[in-house]
Amino acid sequence: MAKEQENIIQEVTGSEYKYGFVTNVETETIGKGLNEEVIRMISAKKEEPEWLLEFRLNAYRHWLTMKMPRWAKLDIPEIDYQDIVYYAAPKQKESKQWEDVDPELKATFDKLGIPLSEQMALSGIAVDAVMDSVSVKTTFKDTLAERGVIFCSFSEAVRNHPDLVRKYLGSVVPYRDNYFAALNSAVFSDGSFVYIPKGVRCPMELSTYFRINARNTGQFERTLIVAEDDAYVSYLEGCTAPQRDENQLHAAIVEIVVEKNAEVKYSTVQNWYPGDKEGKGGIYNFVTKRGICRGENAKLIWAQVETGSAITWKYPSTILKGDGSVSEFYSVAVTNNYQQADTGTKMIHIGNNTRSRIVSKGISAGYSSNSYRGKVKVVKTCRNARNYSQCDSLLLGDKCGAHTFPYLEIENSTAQVEHEATTSKIGEDQIFYCNQRGISTEDAVGLIIKGYAGDVLNKMPMEFAVEAQKLLQISLEGSVG
Amino acid sequence: MDSLEKINADFATLFRDGRTLLDKGCGAVINGCREEAFRKFVDLGGIPFKKEEYSYLNLLPLFSRDYNVVLKYIRQEVDMNETFRCAVTNLQTNPVLTVNGWWFDENIEPEIPEEVVICSLREASVKYPDLLARHYNHYASAARNDGLVALNTAFAQDGIFVYVPDDVVMERPLQIINLLRANTGLMAFQRNLIILGKNARASVLVCDHTLSEQEFLVNNTTEVYLGPRARMEYYQVQNQHLGASQINSLFVSEHRNSVFESNLVTLYGGTIRNNMYVAMNEEGGECHLYGMYILDKNQIVDNFSYIDHIAPHCISNEHFKGVMDDASLANFSGCIRVRPDAQKTEAYQANNNLLLTDTARVNTKPQLVIDADDVKCSHGATVGQLDEEAMFYLRSRGIGLEEARMMMMFGFAHDIIQRVKLEPLRVEIDNLIDKRLRGELSKCHHCVMKCKK
Repeated sequence: MAKEQENIIQEVTGSEYKYGFVTNVETETIGKGLNEEVIRMISAKKEEPEWLLEFRLNAYRHWLTMKMPRWAKLDIPEIDYQDIVYYAAPKQKESKQWEDVDPELKATFDKLGIPLSEQMALSGIAVDAVMDSVSVKTTFKDTLAERGVIFCSFSEAVRNHPDLVRKYLGSVVPYRDNYFAALNSAVFSDGSFVYIPKGVRCPMELSTYFRINARNTGQFERTLIVAEDDAYVSYLEGCTAPQRDENQLHAAIVEIVVEKNAEVKYSTVQNWYPGDKEGKGGIYNFVTKRGICRGENAKLIWAQVETGSAITWKYPSTILKGDGSVSEFYSVAVTNNYQQADTGTKMIHIGNNTRSRIVSKGISAGYSSNSYRGKVKVVKTCRNARNYSQCDSLLLGDKCGAHTFPYLEIENSTAQVEHEATTSKIGEDQIFYCNQRGISTEDAVGLIIKGYAGDVLNKMPMEFAVEAQKLLQISLEGSVG
Repeated sequence: MDSLEKINADFATLFRDGRTLLDKGCGAVINGCREEAFRKFVDLGGIPFKKEEYSYLNLLPLFSRDYNVVLKYIRQEVDMNETFRCAVTNLQTNPVLTVNGWWFDENIEPEIPEEVVICSLREASVKYPDLLARHYNHYASAARNDGLVALNTAFAQDGIFVYVPDDVVMERPLQIINLLRANTGLMAFQRNLIILGKNARASVLVCDHTLSEQEFLVNNTTEVYLGPRARMEYYQVQNQHLGASQINSLFVSEHRNSVFESNLVTLYGGTIRNNMYVAMNEEGGECHLYGMYILDKNQIVDNFSYIDHIAPHCISNEHFKGVMDDASLANFSGCIRVRPDAQKTEAYQANNNLLLTDTARVNTKPQLVIDADDVKCSHGATVGQLDEEAMFYLRSRGIGLEEARMMMMFGFAHDIIQRVKLEPLRVEIDNLIDKRLRGELSKCHHCVMKCKK
């Protein structure tokens, strides 16, 4: 069986990244480098109001005073921030008609399986497609508008709903928050804006698809989701990038505001180009995602499948401010070859009777390093907080690492906080059991991983769960340590 | 509060000016390590401040107080009867005393097998330079990022030295009684070295006490070497007054099939930091770390452990429990490190905390850093209250609220105490815990405790 296992591992490391193509489309870029001029230029290109430029400049000035964080268990090579293009946009005509979209772009998103054309309404998901720095197309806008739901690109929101953007921008992740948040606040280009008015249940799933295409660019998108009282929305995010030898930086911010009795579900399938077998190339994915449950009984659910990126640095977190608010975090993080991931969550309990649940499943293979880092904090005035965290790691291969760094900070005696974690490999007895029943080793491993990640995949919207399942199979099919 | 720079500068001055005194009477091995250790202390930024390992413990207030540092042995009057306070009923031990970190010069000759050496570290450094050269400061280097251990190496002058040669069993437990007595605030450095040859066995019981009400800060580093198949049981009972602070660092270097068992009971004290580093250097090693801390008032206990699985087929097991009352703070930080190729490792870690008031705080940080695949590792941490159903069960049987709480807390603590292998000691610690939970311990030691609210 040892021989067989070796073959299977070979297969895993051999699996190819299938979204690695480059779209041949004319791109408008600005020169490399970062300074106030560049920021003014980005702002001018997007015809932004004065206050937003001011926001960007403040963030930039603050960023200059900060140092790159080194606390994560990641080996991040020095990044030359002057060697990055901060704005790249596929050239296209002003018209918003589907027919006018560059056929190359259409083809790209078709190839990625993203339903941009509204004829493909069957899928029933509204999509905002972002390539490099700008939003290419947002579907189903009219249908959504009927219900009062705003779903558009961030630039459009700045133009059409400046008051809303101004009210919420930076309210959850201020630009002073961390190094990458400051960088993003200074140079963010586009992203999605979602506003669900009071009492509205968003009739379809909303989705944003991020694609890096241009060479030497960084992608800095910004997503802002606001769910007013009693609203509900399920939002999905997916990402891919071409296969290149150099590393590209992706530093995004996601802010979510959940008001009284509202519910937001935020799902991510992150599949940025992870680099080749030798660890060359790949995306640096340094993302700040945070939500706040502002009102009573608000609910925020994070579900993520992380399979891509050379380096991932990401901690979707929730501030549970409203009494009785609930947050859940489900994550499957897969690392292979020389990938590194340091990911987890933060749950800050402030309101009384708040509950949170963390389920994190790490799978590491090859020479990769996969860390869970999470914080659960219960402040002094928060009564009856409840948290349960479970962080399991699965090791496939003897050269990879799996690490767990939970931080529990409890200041109130009524809190009940539990954390447990295990690290193991797939047991030979488990494989043997399956073999005995006529299931091949490869299928058995598939089954076991499916079962292992099942808790998380079940929480994903159906369409995504299927994609996520496929992704898992591609990256890990049949690997046994 | 003094700034970090000032504290570090003070140490630099002290080190420079006190160098002659520091070196006096110590062997070349001890003195030879000073210069480099102090350089390391400086390179690490001096006293740990905002370091990951000390993220929940601010040491500045501790180091900002006025302390005397005694660089030569000053005889303190110690009533030998004091040691009876540490006596364990039905347990014969070999007691040795240290006063303010120094070997007490009136220690009674212990009854030990003649091959065994128990003496002061200074004496050993002159008498057995080869032995010291092979072991001294070899294991403390595991604390790569801890300036306080480097500081101890730079300033250490005395402590206990124990050598149990190959195939020798020390039947009677050695009881190390660390006493503190001074007329003014005092900072003390103590350095212990315990060497167990192959097949050797020993049990060591360490008691920490204060005899006067001044403020103390003790920086104590103990290195333990366990040869192949050596076994050691290490018990520590920390019971000092609230103005006494301790930084204890324990380094254990385990070899083939050796077993190390530690039980750390913290009953009283100001700010206590316990560092435990265990290195499993060869196959078949086993290590068990247990700890119980009961805190109230504004006590702070910070337990830090780092178990390094270097070789395959080793087992480690760690369980710490605590009860926090009033405005106390408990931190637990444990790391299990499994190096590449340390296959078939089994490592478990658990930390359970009971919070009794809203002013008490707990921070817990159980960590796994695993670079081998064929391992079984797990950790768990909980923070909560006494089980209401169990309380109801007891109360419905006519047991009063207070008594029921006591029983539950006692049961919670007993989980750890039952691991103590020496039966008389187990009974004694159980008694101490019971008294401590009832708040009687501070009362009966009223004369010296001077608990500051």
